[in-house]
Amino acid sequence: MIDFLNALSIFILPIIIATILIYALYKKTPAYEDFTQGAKEGFNIAVKIIPYLVAIMVATAMLRASGAIEIAQKLLSPIFDYFKIPIETSIIMLTRSLSGSATLGVLADIINQTGVNSYATKLAAVITGSSETTFYVASVYFGSIGIKKFRHALLAGILADITGLIAAIIVCSIFFL
Amino acid sequence: MAKAILQKNSNKMNYIFIFLILISLIYATINGTMPQTIDAILKSSQKAVEISISLIGIMAFWLGIVNIAKSSGLMELFSKIIKKPLLKIFPDLKENNEALSNIALNISANALGLMNAATPFGIKAMEEMQEKNKDKSYATNSMCTFLAINTAGFQIVPAVVIAILSASGMENPTQIILPTLIVTTIAFISALFFSKLLERVFK
Repeated sequence: MIDFLNALSIFILPIIIATILIYALYKKTPAYEDFTQGAKEGFNIAVKIIPYLVAIMVATAMLRASGAIEIAQKLLSPIFDYFKIPIETSIIMLTRSLSGSATLGVLADIINQTGVNSYATKLAAVITGSSETTFYVASVYFGSIGIKKFRHALLAGILADITGLIAAIIVCSIFFL
Repeated sequence: MAKAILQKNSNKMNYIFIFLILISLIYATINGTMPQTIDAILKSSQKAVEISISLIGIMAFWLGIVNIAKSSGLMELFSKIIKKPLLKIFPDLKENNEALSNIALNISANALGLMNAATPFGIKAMEEMQEKNKDKSYATNSMCTFLAINTAGFQIVPAVVIAILSASGMENPTQIILPTLIVTTIAFISALFFSKLLERVFK
């Protein structure tokens, strides 16, 4: 079953790409020009995240090199071990609702620390890929139209974040453990 | 995930950032690990730039592909298909077709990972809803639901994450697509559930 799902996972991307290209062929739109036009953005995005990656990767690397992180992880590890969650992913759970770029920095740090094929990396990747920064979205969308009373919007978003986090831990343990 | 890449750090990040570095410096002083800590600054900042630069190729490819979907009208077709089920989620937008269309486009663009395209649609949708809103400082049910499902970050292909994994040398980074899709769907549904449940409590 899991083998089948993993195979399916590998085919999602090719199917999407093929669908997009076949539809462009059918609509006779200039696919090559559109591709190159869109691809220009890739450079901007990569360059724009540099400051965020530097900030977070430096801060977490310092925390580890100084030895301070060991104390925090020793305190947390009984809980994390019980649920079979790698302790390295603790910081990502904190940053995911606050800043997407910071979360990318933590992901890069976890890869650096535990290796790209580790369970911690896979769990962190799924957590990062499945989250949107709740506080940022709220401030942009409600801020743009001058909403002052957010009512339950933030609470619902945070509860969904927590549900997503639990789901990530369970789904990853099924797929990758 | 998507839009957050171009974001400014939120206020809480200020404290986390300052706290992490100060704690490190204090602890390094006590523990005698200052040389390693300073060395970590140099090495990790270098590493951060290397990772960012190695993302360029994959991000360029993915944004090129989805731009084809945008120009050919595939994204609009997709948003037309999801409009009907969306009406069940936003029943009070029955008369507000513009808002509903923009919500559909926002979700479609987000699903493809088109970060720069999704936010303007989302803001447009909020503006359309605000126009029909009686109390302009007070969020309507639909606004809250839209915000909550947006924070769940529904995405079919987490392009940036795959790019980072691939740039770091993972053999088949696309193995995370299905688990991520399952998790993001659960988050989406729970955002919907919680906002519908809580809208009765927060009047």
